[in-house]
Amino acid sequence: MSDTDLQDQAIQVDTEKGNFSYPEDYEFDAGVGLNEETVKYISKVKNEDPWVLDFRLKALEIFNKKPMPTKWADTDLENIEFEKIRYYLSKGQVPARSWDDVPDDVKETFERLGIPEQERKFLAGVEAQFDSEASYSRMKEDLEKEGVIFVGSTEGLAKYPEIFKPYFGKVIPTSDNKFSALNSATFSGGSFIYVPKGVKLKQPLQAYFRINAENFGQFERTLIIADEGAEITYMEGCTAPKFETATLHSAVVELVALKNAKIQYITVQNWSSNVFNLVTKRGMADEGAEVKWIDCNIGSRLTMKYPGVVLKGQGARGEVLSIALANDGQHQDTGAKMMHLADNTTSNIISKSISIGEGRSTYRGQVHMPKHLKNCKNNTECDALLINTNSRTDTYPAITTRGQNNTVQHEASVSKVSAEQIFYMMQRGLSEGEAMSLAVNGFVNELMKAFPMEYSVELKRLIDMEMEGSVG
Amino acid sequence: MNTLEIKNLNVSIDGQAILKDFNLTIPKGEVHALMGPNGTGKSTLAKVMAGHEDYTVESGEILLDGENILGKEADEISHAGLFLAFQYPMEIPGVSIANFIRAARQARLPEGEDINAVEYYKELYAKMDSLKMDRKFTARSLNEGFSGGEKKRCEILQMAMLEPKYCVMDETDSGLDIDALRIVSEGVNHMRSEERGFLVITHYQRLLDYIIPDVVHVMYDGRIVHSGDKELAKELESKGYDWVKEEFASASA
Ligand SMILES: Nc1ncnc2c1ncn2[C@@H]1O[C@H](COP(=O)(O)OP(=O)(O)OP(=O)(O)O)[C@@H](O)[C@H]1O
Ligand SMILES: [Mg+2]
Repeated sequence: MSDTDLQDQAIQVDTEKGNFSYPEDYEFDAGVGLNEETVKYISKVKNEDPWVLDFRLKALEIFNKKPMPTKWADTDLENIEFEKIRYYLSKGQVPARSWDDVPDDVKETFERLGIPEQERKFLAGVEAQFDSEASYSRMKEDLEKEGVIFVGSTEGLAKYPEIFKPYFGKVIPTSDNKFSALNSATFSGGSFIYVPKGVKLKQPLQAYFRINAENFGQFERTLIIADEGAEITYMEGCTAPKFETATLHSAVVELVALKNAKIQYITVQNWSSNVFNLVTKRGMADEGAEVKWIDCNIGSRLTMKYPGVVLKGQGARGEVLSIALANDGQHQDTGAKMMHLADNTTSNIISKSISIGEGRSTYRGQVHMPKHLKNCKNNTECDALLINTNSRTDTYPAITTRGQNNTVQHEASVSKVSAEQIFYMMQRGLSEGEAMSLAVNGFVNELMKAFPMEYSVELKRLIDMEMEGSVG
Repeated sequence: MNTLEIKNLNVSIDGQAILKDFNLTIPKGEVHALMGPNGTGKSTLAKVMAGHEDYTVESGEILLDGENILGKEADEISHAGLFLAFQYPMEIPGVSIANFIRAARQARLPEGEDINAVEYYKELYAKMDSLKMDRKFTARSLNEGFSGGEKKRCEILQMAMLEPKYCVMDETDSGLDIDALRIVSEGVNHMRSEERGFLVITHYQRLLDYIIPDVVHVMYDGRIVHSGDKELAKELESKGYDWVKEEFASASA
């Protein structure tokens, strides 16, 4: 098969599993376009306190003022038509506690995505968001007794302001970037989680974000607080059907790990190729605490995401492990940010990107280590794998280290899957897709060992699907 | 029917003819050795048989048990029963030998059927033992950082695990030390059967001391110019290729 054939077919592929949608039937719809009225509408439907509306309106102002970051980022951003997007859609339901109470079309959607089954098998709690609001939310009862809170953003701010308000918008200020401002103005859904002192969750909590409607923008907001010595693993999955028009997903995720707490946040994103995925994620780690981001980005039209950790307390640890796969027509612009603000803090970044055909990957890293600090360490590794010659990859590491008592280690590599390697594997009986998939799996293999088993299985399945598809 | 038959094969690369009206028939149960000076087209032949796409096939046929495999994809040819032990095996980082061979075996099963992992490992270990390969190798990335001899041994392990109908071995002896040469040859001899044919490409008699060929062919300038029994290889070893070249020159003059 010729290269162009391969690439033509690659465009057809993506997230087949998620590529279906149900007819739209919404009780609440903020209409098309974004202005003060839209924001007020959302706030009213949610019955929010005045301070929340204030927060939103200020954010809208900032959003309107901030320019698009096209100076350094992909100019494809210009193609987002904010005035054509729908900012809020919901069926008006409160999240059901039992799948039986979830509306049929929504329930079927999540069943096709395998969520109820995963919940039974290995999760401590699930929240399933359909467009703007959660349709299902449930946590194991014993966790409730221990004082764990796992609710949506609206409920979190309304019911537990004393817990969430002090941290809300603090790790990621509204003005951090244009899209964090957009999210702050229009946020809906997402998870608010509080894990009390010393409580260690043995099983992960999971949220699943599903976009069903066309021209829609999903703006979930997540805030996770692990109190002193607490431990939690949170996983999120996302899909959307493949529409002709662009869809926008712009989340804000803030993590707060207090003294000696541990938060692990895992994302497996499998957006269809019409989705702009512009997400701001940052964690704060207090003394002795650990924040770990595991981030897998498959699909989407353009992803811009640089999970970060603010290492605020002595001995804090931060880690970002990421895998990005850019197929034809996709740009994965990902990376990590580590802000060392205390002595003896360590950070580790491992980024693996795979570019196929016309697919493009970019790595942007930022490590900040002021010179008055002692004994800080950063390790950064970024490896790129290219399949077919047209793929492109760029690395922009920015390390600002000063002071002699700190160490920074940086390694980068670019490798290719050669036609000879594919021939070798095909000679042994593997199809072209299987061969590429095996090469890709080999490339991410070491990193996958750091993932919980269920997630590495899912990721492997997604990679296989994507590679099978890319040769047709 | 029970033959691997190459008929009037003409192959070129970048407009330059490499195989010229090449003919060869290997019946099952036989071992044919193919010898000849550097650059005469032996590896090209092997790769074209395996379905490599870099070469332009001008004309000809390759019949595997009567079925034309020329023009098929490499994986289809593999499934049809042809195995090529490469002169230069590729490295596949991050993919362990065990997983690779397993994937190759799995690819031969019908949809929905899975390999029995216990049986698979039992067989894999037994075959590694007979090739005197350390079992620790199964976890290593395929060919990555392997010594020349280790790569060749690993090729033969794959050949043994995939049980092809026809084995093409391209300079498997190069890179092997004296002991390894004997061990690998024993492995190959063990696979010899009425159900299987071999094409052994080599430059040296020392391999043919262990794997005793039924027929020896001499290739020169893209075709076979001389065939004989195992004595022919010994003759070449002592006389070199000059007489073949001379004979060829006067014949084509
Ligand atoms: N991909 C290629 N591009 C250009 N020329 C090639 C290519 N492959 C083979 N050739 C040329 O074809 C001729 C035959 O090469 P081939 O590797 O088949 O020889 P060989 O008989 O296997 O030699 P050796 O004994 O050295 O292994 C050589 O002149 C070689 O340079
Ligand atoms: Mg050769």
